[in-house]
Amino acid sequence: MDFQDYQSRDSAGDASERGSVDRREHLVVVGNGMAGCRAVEELLARDAGRYRVTIFGAEPHVNYNRIMLSPVLAGEKTFDEIVINGPDWYADNDITLVTDDPVTAIDRAARSVTSRSGRTMGYDRLLIATGSDPFIIPVPGKDLPGVISFRDMKDVDCMVAAAEAGGDAVVIGGGLLGLEAAHGLTLRGMKVTVLHIMPTLMERQLDEAAGWLLKTALEARGQTILTGADTAEIFGDGKVEGVRLKDGREIPASLVVMAVGIRPSVALAREAGLDVGRGIKVDDHMVTSDPAILAVGECVEHDGNVYGLVAPLWDMCRSLADGLVGKANPYRGSVTSTKLKVAGLDVFSAGDFSGTGGGCEDIVLRDASRGIYKRLILQDDRVVGAVLFGDTSDGSWYFDLLRKGENVADLRDLLIFGQAFASGGGAADPKAAVAALSDDAEICGCNGVSKGKVIACIEAGAGTLDAVRATCKASASCGSCTGLVESLLALTLGDDYSGERAVKTMCKCTSFGHDDVRKAIVERGFREMPQIMQELSWSTPDGCSSCRPALNYYLLCAWPGEYRDDQQSRFVNERLHANIQKDGTYSVVPRMWGGLTNPRELRAIADVVEKYNAPMVKVTGGQRLDIFGIRKEDLPAVWADLNAAGMVSGHAYGKALRTVKTCVGSEWCRFGTQDSTGLGVKLEKMSWGSWMPHKFKIAVSGCPRNCAEATIKDFGVVCVDSGYELSVGGNGGIKVRATDFLCKVATEQEALDYCAAYIQLYREEARYLERTAPWIERVGIDYVRARIVEDEVGREALRSRFLFSQSFSQNDPWSERAAGAEREQHAHMAQFKPIRQEEMA
Amino acid sequence: MIGEWLDIGWLNEIPMRGSRTVPVDGGEEIAVFRTGDDKVFALVNRCPHKGGPLSQGIIHGHSVACPLHNWSIALATGEAQGEDKGCTPTIPVKIDGGRVLICRASTLKAAA
Ligand code: SRM
Ligand SMILES: Cc1cc2nc3c(=O)[nH]c(=O)nc-3n(C[C@H](O)[C@H](O)[C@H](O)COP(=O)(O)OP(=O)(O)OC[C@H]3O[C@@H](n4cnc5c(N)ncnc54)[C@H](O)[C@@H]3O)c2cc1C
Ligand code: SF4
Ligand code: FES
Repeated sequence: MDFQDYQSRDSAGDASERGSVDRREHLVVVGNGMAGCRAVEELLARDAGRYRVTIFGAEPHVNYNRIMLSPVLAGEKTFDEIVINGPDWYADNDITLVTDDPVTAIDRAARSVTSRSGRTMGYDRLLIATGSDPFIIPVPGKDLPGVISFRDMKDVDCMVAAAEAGGDAVVIGGGLLGLEAAHGLTLRGMKVTVLHIMPTLMERQLDEAAGWLLKTALEARGQTILTGADTAEIFGDGKVEGVRLKDGREIPASLVVMAVGIRPSVALAREAGLDVGRGIKVDDHMVTSDPAILAVGECVEHDGNVYGLVAPLWDMCRSLADGLVGKANPYRGSVTSTKLKVAGLDVFSAGDFSGTGGGCEDIVLRDASRGIYKRLILQDDRVVGAVLFGDTSDGSWYFDLLRKGENVADLRDLLIFGQAFASGGGAADPKAAVAALSDDAEICGCNGVSKGKVIACIEAGAGTLDAVRATCKASASCGSCTGLVESLLALTLGDDYSGERAVKTMCKCTSFGHDDVRKAIVERGFREMPQIMQELSWSTPDGCSSCRPALNYYLLCAWPGEYRDDQQSRFVNERLHANIQKDGTYSVVPRMWGGLTNPRELRAIADVVEKYNAPMVKVTGGQRLDIFGIRKEDLPAVWADLNAAGMVSGHAYGKALRTVKTCVGSEWCRFGTQDSTGLGVKLEKMSWGSWMPHKFKIAVSGCPRNCAEATIKDFGVVCVDSGYELSVGGNGGIKVRATDFLCKVATEQEALDYCAAYIQLYREEARYLERTAPWIERVGIDYVRARIVEDEVGREALRSRFLFSQSFSQNDPWSERAAGAEREQHAHMAQFKPIRQEEMA
Repeated sequence: MIGEWLDIGWLNEIPMRGSRTVPVDGGEEIAVFRTGDDKVFALVNRCPHKGGPLSQGIIHGHSVACPLHNWSIALATGEAQGEDKGCTPTIPVKIDGGRVLICRASTLKAAA
């Protein structure tokens, strides 16, 4: 391009100040932000004299460090302290800076840009570095004064002014930006509520465990965090007065900060006809679809990726500058890591947890006493992701291993303890690594036990893992140093170490047994699953299919009416309230109280069988009817029909009360001594719907002939002339066990009361998936008698706890579902009907 | 024109640590999983063991426990873990603007 030509079109004539004619190529930069200026810095470092540079900035400032806006908001830094390049830099490097004047159009044919103030300037090379625009959720009231985003200095000034005026603030968005805004506003004295639509905070960077810890920590600092909160509307008369959620809740606020995400700022490029996807498309040297135009920073899309953090910008700027001076250095994309900039709250995450190539493996370390959670995700012996909460000192080391894709097989066992530890031994054999550790090296972080102490304690006679745990507490809290302690045992005892573990742990996720966990839930008041996992140092991020259902039950049992059942921790049958069959269909068993039925129920069942083409209907071994072959989509409709005839779920699928089997009893039978049918119905009405460690069956026989097989049930009643003989712990099934005699009572009411107390004892003390028979074998019938028969006060307390719990659980799950609850469990997400012809073509 | 990706709905429609199904006309049903750390995977809804509907299993980490006989299947690869051997076809899936997209070609292949 001819320079004279350029001069003539440069209406503002900034360059003319230079006096002499400048023959250098002219580089115009749109965006005086982090990427734009860094690109120029990189270029200057390579070839300072090569380009004449002009930078347009929309903001009225010199180049500052955007990420430090958070500390400015928090009052920890001033604007001057976050300036990267002050006026001197522009002057010294002969850069023309145009502030407060955004570029509004690019004329690619004429190679010129025009700004808002009407300035037109020619370019030889144009660099677009316009960053991102905050995403504003399109709710009513989004334009009210007092609703702002968090992107630039102006926003910070706005927030500081709002905080000085006092009042409450709502931050919409529980990601990095939102939490930093909330933190700053809290420090400035505002009462802050964070609304986050997802179930956990920072869900893109953190897993649920870390998200939960973060939430707890922020709440401890006085913030209100509402997860699963969907904003319906921002209301106010002329200015913001509050936010209304879709569930109707209203939160008053004089300031609303929207921090729900960013979108690459591409309008300018799109209007100029450049290739734009999610961002401005660039090649490996940041060149757009027009070879004279480059783009860098958050506004670009490279290889399908857009970035929202600074680290990738630095890499991009290097490739860009190399390209501008004619050196090949292709940009290949970036792996990113995140740190939350909230003083005293260390949160780090890096990499991707999804792992595409093959099975990923988690290493988890939790130290409840110090509030630490660390999780590394390995794939093929390489670190592919890391989440650190509470102690992020090794973040950069993990990130380094991750980026380099280093093989960590040799470090595997010590990796989670950090660089200092893992590099200490450095040997391939963990035993050798442990041997190489100094005596004061910490083995158990949870309890602060050194290697020397563990060895001393082994030498003093603690020859098993349990003995070590009992004496010096090493490995007693957190499963993850168990391997180390075992290495020390092997090292110290040599061949004498048997390597056996005595306590049966709940599952591989924890070093605690069922009883310890239950005790901890009650005594320490644990109310949520992530809390148990953290406090008891679970070694997996979210448990497994063994411990989750158990924990869910324990919480449900400990906090009736309070704990919210976790559907995803339920086995399919309990989640869908029907029994899964081998072909993936379901069977439906409505309750028939005490085995009784009537024409209306029978007709309804017959109708359902016909209406839904159920291939089979069968009388079960539990005295009721089972309808087979129902599809999950049809279940709610089937239930609605059965409900209409007065029937409810039979819980044939549940770790719950199943059936109460009865015989005809004194009503009809010539031998009957009591109304066994009537008592059976009463027992079933009392106990249906309760969740238990395992399934629970009751039977009532009208005389010792025992036609209801009461002596192989979990709770059995055999009626006799003088009253009711109660017996417990029977089992048909895999290993037949006849009941143990509990006691004899005189009245029906007593039979009911003893039954309730006994069920509650079983609910509170048995282990998950332990039926009453093995439970009683374990604790002994004498113990059960002592609690139920001999301790009258205790019995009454158990009974009333059971009835209290029942007051929350006797809602028919079927009618709730038929009315639309948990609809997504039964409906397909979408349906796909391929167009076959298209495929042939 | 038919795109490479099938838009099957909002991410939020899949419960966390849950799964939803997408039946395919003339083919095998697809199960779409969402894990506790908010990753999404799609597999043919059929256990390599005896065809159990994986969508109904308990999801933990990046695995699902089959509801029929408790095999553990890796969501990323479809492979049975531990002692068990077998593999379920996987379907590429991506999230765009909160929408879940599954790969059309793989979905069709599973249908074939
Ligand atoms: C339907 C039924 C068989 C029938 O057609 O009669 C049945 C069917 C099943 N039984 Fe049963 N049992 C049925 C009565 C029994 C009985 C008889 C009884 O209750 O009087 C027993 C022996 C008594 C006992 O439990 O002590 C019985 C002992 C078992 C066992 C062994 C339990 C044990 O402690 O050893 C299992 C396995 C388990 O639960 O782990 C089992 C498990 C099952 C499962 C749930 C297997 C499964 O996990 O899929 C079957 C579900 C089929 C379905 O989808 O409906 N079923 N099962 C009966 C339903 C009764 C009802 O109305 O709810
Ligand atoms: C509060 C906050 C905290 C952050 N914390 C972190 C963190 O801890 N770690 C991290 O890695 N990242 C963080 N980020 C993100 C980081 O700041 C961005 O990734 C980075 O600033 C992007 O650089 P950029 O140059 O692409 O965009 P920007 O820095 O936004 O620069 C773009 C500039 O272009 C200007 N502009 C736009 N359009 C025009 C136009 N038409 N004409 C002229 N000028 C225009 C804009 O006004 C802006 O000044 C944070 C961001 C914010 C807002
Ligand atoms: S006896 Fe065995 S086959 Fe028959 S229903 Fe019970 S579990 Fe199924
Ligand atoms: S069918 Fe899945 S484990 Fe058997």
